[in-house]
Amino acid sequence: MAKQIYYEDVQVGSEITTLEKIATTRMLVQYAGASGDFNPLHYEEDFAKNLGVGRPIVHGLLKRAWLVNLMTDWIGGDGVLKKLSCRYRGMDYPRKMKTFDDPVDGDTWYCKGKVTKKNDADNTVECEIWVENTKGEKNTTGTATALLPSKSK
Amino acid sequence: MAAFVVTDGLKQLIGQKEPPVVFKVEEGAIQRFAQAVGDKNPQHSDVEWAANSKWGRVMAPPGFTGWPISAGFNLFKLFEKLMKAGAPMGLLDGGVEYDFQAPIGAGDILVAEIMVASIEGRETKMGPTMVTTLQSTYTNQRGAVVLVVRNTFLNF
Repeated sequence: MAKQIYYEDVQVGSEITTLEKIATTRMLVQYAGASGDFNPLHYEEDFAKNLGVGRPIVHGLLKRAWLVNLMTDWIGGDGVLKKLSCRYRGMDYPRKMKTFDDPVDGDTWYCKGKVTKKNDADNTVECEIWVENTKGEKNTTGTATALLPSKSK
Repeated sequence: MAAFVVTDGLKQLIGQKEPPVVFKVEEGAIQRFAQAVGDKNPQHSDVEWAANSKWGRVMAPPGFTGWPISAGFNLFKLFEKLMKAGAPMGLLDGGVEYDFQAPIGAGDILVAEIMVASIEGRETKMGPTMVTTLQSTYTNQRGAVVLVVRNTFLNF
């Protein structure tokens, strides 16, 4: 795990360590099982086509979980994630599988963020966060608030 | 093109609470969730490591719960009710707002109380769209509110 970050280490504008993810059709089925979200929109071609999104799309919830992962990796074991919100502004499409384990080439997603505000009263930081695909499209954007430990306490 | 008009039948559903759902947070469910998300923090997957951590057990990543379906709530039944009252048939997840109030870990028993907080008519790129916000409050076995979530859905 990464080294613990402290409130004093970050400034407004500090970048959150980028987290790289991929989504494959297989991972969407795995996520459906783990989350209980069995909406056919995420695994059935005709269903997705009829709904007008072209083909199965990545769960908004999975991208949201990636953003939580971005924040919790960054704040470390002594940081506390207080709030997180995100909006889905566009569709993302998973890579298809080539073998049992390996997908074909396709999009990679970069979870990113930066600090927008520091609150000295309670050692919390407010952040802008987003998921960007290979084309640079930010289809999932949000904000997060986290408590960071202090070096002086 | 115009904004979706919220029918009287839909307006009556605003503020209505659904029957509470009780569910147990299982260690294996946390592990499978963390694996599906690709979250490598041993706090969510390594039983031995977690036993020696400050929490003493496997803890759920924030956002492990908060999606009404993962609590065992029949979301589609609620939307069928909304559709009968005039909601359009297309359904997309519009976003989420989490307010994490206390940690959730393996063995916790949570009660989820879910209600329709608001229904608004808008015009979006999908055409006339109904925007529904569900508010869910999760309370643990010690009576502490651990999580308040607002999920937004788009019907078009």
